[in-house]
Amino acid sequence: MGAPATIPAGATAGVPKPRPRRQRRSELKGWLFLAPALILNVGVILVPALLTAGLAFTDWNGISTPKLVGLKNFRDLAADPVFWGALWNNVKWTLIFLTVPIIMALVVASMLLTVRWGRNLFQTIYFIPMVVATVISARVWQQMIFHPISGVLGWLSQHGLNPFGGNPLTNPSTALYSVAFVDNWHWWGFIAVIFFAALRQIDPALLEAADMEGAGFWQRMRHVSLPLIRPTIVLMMIMTIIWSFLVFDFIYVITQGGPGYSTEVLATLTYKRAFETFQAGQASAIALVMSALGGVAIAAYVWLQSRGWDV
Amino acid sequence: MRRLRGSQLVIYTVLILLAGFSLGPLVLMVLNSFRSRLEISMDPMGWPDPFRWQNYVNAWRDASLGTALTNSLMVTGLTVLLTCIVASMAAYALARKRIRAWSGVSLYLLVCTTVPVQLFLIPLFFIFHRLGLVNSRAALAVIYTALYSPFAIFLLRAYFLQVPVELEEAAWVDGASEWQVFTRVLLPVVAPGIMTVALVVGLWSWNEFLLAVTFLQDAALQTAPVQFFRFTGRYVTDWGTMMAAAVIVVLPVIVAFVALQRRFIEGMTAGGVKG
Repeated sequence: MGAPATIPAGATAGVPKPRPRRQRRSELKGWLFLAPALILNVGVILVPALLTAGLAFTDWNGISTPKLVGLKNFRDLAADPVFWGALWNNVKWTLIFLTVPIIMALVVASMLLTVRWGRNLFQTIYFIPMVVATVISARVWQQMIFHPISGVLGWLSQHGLNPFGGNPLTNPSTALYSVAFVDNWHWWGFIAVIFFAALRQIDPALLEAADMEGAGFWQRMRHVSLPLIRPTIVLMMIMTIIWSFLVFDFIYVITQGGPGYSTEVLATLTYKRAFETFQAGQASAIALVMSALGGVAIAAYVWLQSRGWDV
Repeated sequence: MRRLRGSQLVIYTVLILLAGFSLGPLVLMVLNSFRSRLEISMDPMGWPDPFRWQNYVNAWRDASLGTALTNSLMVTGLTVLLTCIVASMAAYALARKRIRAWSGVSLYLLVCTTVPVQLFLIPLFFIFHRLGLVNSRAALAVIYTALYSPFAIFLLRAYFLQVPVELEEAAWVDGASEWQVFTRVLLPVVAPGIMTVALVVGLWSWNEFLLAVTFLQDAALQTAPVQFFRFTGRYVTDWGTMMAAAVIVVLPVIVAFVALQRRFIEGMTAGGVKG
């Protein structure tokens, strides 16, 4: 994970009205100012994205002329256990990231709110893993912690203390959770900083009132602070769902989807099918499924908002 | 706050343990970057004795980090420059011009910020391949600009909206052109926003992996993270040198982050807080 987080509050708020006489010229100039950004976006993102949607219905190796095959790619995927395994891993990934980092972040952000000293220091420290390149943190964890010879777990093994009995990254039943652990290491602090910023906007009088009533840390968190930052929590959960279906970097660098297909996710599968086995048509179909799943999350969010939910 | 004070000790213990969790792997990276293969395999958590600076010399040479860092600087610099230009222009238009299709444009840009790279990666690669744009650092910077500018536009638009209209009106009365008002009057006022965009976009393009590994395949053109990825795939047991290379790539980022953390955090969490 690590995509930009931007659903700005009030992004669609009103624009000041200029004098009507100049409006048409003003609008034209507006488009001129917008043009460079829009042309770049349309050329790099929109047009290729539409092509992907088209290519999903073709048999194409990336070089030859694409051959229209209708729904064949999707039928093949439906019968492909690797695809279903990857999709299931994305679902597990989503469930992990909807719970572990969000709970950690909520507890830590609430704790930061109660301390007098070191708020900014802790915040900075928790944020640091987020600015380290994925490739680097992935290698550090892989070689310095999990590795049976050079890693901390290897050292524990030599002293008979390794709770996993070996390298959890090379064991198909623990590999996915191990990579998720590393991803969460770099991720939870980012969410904690966001929640902390939201908590700081709460009127301190409300929290003090809860104190006066004799509420302890957990009661205060459950009955006062969490309900008040619910919109931020819901937004982060929606973004978590979207990002969880896109996860690529940590898995590709650490396990490349292995051992076997135990850590394969839709993004790594797309990449391999497109650039390693040259099934670009089928890779496009997987990319389309991935995007659709993220699209469902966005649509659900917009729908909830339109129903008047305070999210 | 009396009841809470009693539990402060517990809270600080938890916060400090988690700080150790966040920093621990990075501390291991730094310590082991000064140690030999043998020393690391004996005890990965030991103190370097002696400090083997030679690891850094080897990492710099064997991983061609000079070339890789130059490539990263070029791609990052060009991306930051292009993004700041196109995003501030677009943000100005979206904040100040009455454009009827505004809600459509805004929705399009919003979708762009969450669109998966895989959705456009495959055709884009084969188009660029045909156009001879694979293995071009400038072409990669253009892709980054397209990818990161929607974020930059939303962030900068908020800054433009905070500028009082009276400021421009004075310039209009003096007969300034649109472009002059934009560059001479507004840009200096929103400079802090541009700074935030530059830092965040700079960080993202410095660290980016998926597009860099796909579009720069020639070893002489690869960015630092990709070069590190390739290098560590080859020299899998020379852990000291590997960690030294990691420190070289990561150090500038961590120094910049710690020095300018407020701006980085403001930019990276922009839009996350709903109040």
